[in-house]
Formats: sequence, C-alpha cells, structure tokens
Amino acid sequence: MSTTELIGNGIAAFLTLCIFSFLYKDNPFYKFAERLVAGVATGYFTMLLYHTNFRDKVLEPIFLRGEWWYIIPAVLGIVMWTRFSKNWSWISRYSIAFYIGIGSGVAITVSLYTYLFKQLQATIGIPISLTTGGINQLLVVIAVLSALIYFFFSMPHKGTFGFMSRIGIYVIMIAFGAGFGLTVMGRVALLVNRVIFMRDYILELIHRI
Amino acid sequence: MSFFEKMMKIDRRWVYLAIGLAVIIPAIKSFDVPVTVSPEVKRIYDFVNNMQAGQYLFVCVDYDPSSMAELNPMTTAIVNQAFERDIKIVFVTLSQFGPGLVEQITSELAANHHKVRGQDYVFLGYRPYPAIVILAMGIDFRVPFPQDYYGTPLDSLPIMNGIKNFEDVKGVIEITSGNTADFWLTYGNGRYGFPLAIGITGVMSANYYQYLSSGQLFGIIPGVKGAAEYEELVGYPGEGKAQMAYQVIAHAVIILFIILSNIAYFATRKRKGGFQGGA
Repeated sequence: MSTTELIGNGIAAFLTLCIFSFLYKDNPFYKFAERLVAGVATGYFTMLLYHTNFRDKVLEPIFLRGEWWYIIPAVLGIVMWTRFSKNWSWISRYSIAFYIGIGSGVAITVSLYTYLFKQLQATIGIPISLTTGGINQLLVVIAVLSALIYFFFSMPHKGTFGFMSRIGIYVIMIAFGAGFGLTVMGRVALLVNRVIFMRDYILELIHRI
Repeated sequence: MSFFEKMMKIDRRWVYLAIGLAVIIPAIKSFDVPVTVSPEVKRIYDFVNNMQAGQYLFVCVDYDPSSMAELNPMTTAIVNQAFERDIKIVFVTLSQFGPGLVEQITSELAANHHKVRGQDYVFLGYRPYPAIVILAMGIDFRVPFPQDYYGTPLDSLPIMNGIKNFEDVKGVIEITSGNTADFWLTYGNGRYGFPLAIGITGVMSANYYQYLSSGQLFGIIPGVKGAAEYEELVGYPGEGKAQMAYQVIAHAVIILFIILSNIAYFATRKRKGGFQGGA
C-alpha cells in the first residue's frame, strides 16, 4: 500500500467510525460525515450529468455540429423549470405530457407482457400432477390465489373466503420472512466489509510502525 | 423487574455492540464455511462456461459504492471467469455512481488476465433513464453510446467490429442494487427477448425469484451468499467466501436474540395477561 493510499484509507477509516458513532447517539462527527457524503455525491452527479448529457446532447450537437433539431428536446427540458413560477407553470405541462405520453406508449405493452402475461403463464401453465413439480405447482396456485383473496375487500372475509384469506396472510408472512432473512444477510455484509477494511488498515499501520 | 421484563426493555445499543463484537471474532481468527451451490447460480456459471472464446457477454454494473460489499464479489467472479475463457465483455452502467466501479474492476482484472481495453473488453459508459438507454441499445449500441467511456468512437474499437446490438451478444448479466433489474426485465428481456440473468442484493432477492420460474431470467445470484457460491464454482476465493464466516457468526447472534426476545415476550405476556410490547 502506497503512502497516498494509506492516507486515503485513513480518511475512509475515520469517516467509517464517524458514521458508526450514530449507533451510540447522534453527534457532530456523524453529521459531518453524513453531509460530506451527500455533498460529494451531489457534486459528482451534477458533473457526471453535465458531461454525459448536457454536453453530449445539448452543447455539442447544437453549437458545434449545428444539429438544430436538438433544440426541441432542450426547450422541452428548459420549460420544466417553469414549475417554480405560479404564472408560468402551465407551460411545463407540455413537457410532462410529452414525457408521460412516450413513457406510457413504450411501457404499457411490455409491462403487461413482463409482469402479467408471463407471470400468469408461469403460474397456471404447468399441469398439476402427483409429481414433486406438480405438487409444487399446486402450492403456487393456492398461494397466489389466497394472497390475492387477502387483498380483496369487496367481500366479507368469512367462511371459505375467510379461510383462504387466512392462508393468504400466512403466505405473505412467509414471503416477508424470506425478505427479512435476506435483508439481514445484506446488512451484515455491509458491516463485515467495513470490519475487514478496518482490520486491514490497522494491520497495515502496525506493519509500518 | 424480572429478567424477562429487563430483556423486553433492553437498550438497543447492547444489540449493536453484540453484533459488532460478533463480527470482529472472524476478523481475528477466520474459519472456512462450506458453500453449497444453488441451481440458479450454477445456471449462470454454466451459461458463461459454455460460451465459446470470442463470443460476447454483456455485463451491466448498476450499483454504487454503498452496495459494493455485496455485489463487487459476484462481478469480480463473473469477469474473472469470462476473461479466463477469452470471452469478450461489453460493460455498461445505468447507475450514476457505476463508472468508477467499472473502471476499478476492469483495470484490475484486465491487468491480471492480460486483457486489452477496446480489444478484449469495452466500457460504454453511463447514461441516465435506463428504459430509454436499454431500448436504444436494442437498436444499436452506438445510438446511446457513439463513443466509449473514454471518448473513443465505438467504430474505431476492434471489439466493436461486427457487433451492433443485443442480437450479437450471447447474454446479458445485470448486477444491480436498484430497480434497473425491472428495466432490464421489461425493456430488455420483454422487448428483445435475450437471455438475462441478474446478480442482486440480499434485500431484493425475494422479489425476483418469480421471474426465474417463469423463464424470464435464466439465473439469479442472490447477495453475498450467491457471490460466495459463484466464487466456489469459478475457483477464485474472494470477498464473498471470506464473508461467510462473519455471516455465520452474525446470523447465530441475531437468531439467539430473536429466540431470547420471543421467550421474554411470551413470558411477560403470560404474566401480565396481554400484550406488553414496547416501542
């Protein structure tokens, strides 16, 4: 590890401890680190957007290459800012309408295909049988229907409907349980990464001394 | 106040301290944890393994430094495998903080495998609005990315000769910590029908398994556990496998806390004849 890396890692180690200090209680070190992250991220993102969008899609095409048609989306983008004025905010509706119109046209068909048709096909497409796959498929169908019934509030949850609704809540709880377990794994991974980083940094410091 | 009543009102900072101490143990004395490979991870490994040298793999790195701990190990393992098999990789990122990560990964691994930028791999760069970028790449990679991340026109790069859009890549592997996986499912797999696999954070994993059974995804690498499995398959023990010992200890402590708090909850409820849960 070079001296520059060591200094950089030292700052990272200090900021890591600043963030972890919040676990004890809110304090100025935590606030400093938190705002530093927010500030650096905002600055970085602003410059990235300038270089990957404003320069590529507005400045260079219009002013350097004379591709005047880029003025149309640029103007639509600029009029979005009229949202901040009470008198002129209506102009921004043209941009929003254009954006939502294109978005809806592109999204509706593929979203239906991805989230509805393909999922429906996978739920009911495999025949139910006495094999492991067939029983699994039966469980999937029961789980999907009962979870949907739980969220159907146009009928009282009584009798068979109530029974299915009760199965539905268990299905949902199983899903939440799986989600919780995986979330714990993810959060522990973040902590472990920082612990390994701190260990390696301390060992490097000891080695240098 | 009984022991269980004290437990129900324990300061949460003691829990933080216990978890903190638990993960320090493997940092001092580590141990090996056997990793069982799941079929959804194996399918991605097999897919890459069955590719011929010179074929194209599209890797989308859609995460930021806050998810590096979980996702960097799987990206590294996949890229190691692909480079080892002389597979050409097209990198792209739809996360604003992704470019730095891609540069870091490619520069390190390309040097290890003696791969040349522009010849063995290319990094197209970053563009916002994932749906539009994916749809445009389906027409031609040159539409959203006329130049690569370093400003070189794509047509002047040897790797881009004869490659136009997703039809020319064998498959897409999306590694993400956000909703870009949905964009790839909808506008990538849904619109263009190419084989798609995802590597995702643990938090997201439970929400994407239904796309595996519907065939919209051919594989999933779920969180750091999935990364450890992939490392096991590739034979490059990395951060994923190293994290498993820590995960085991931390999970054991968390499970212990859950059991103890449940015992305490039921014991205090029985004594007081109702729910006594605190904030």
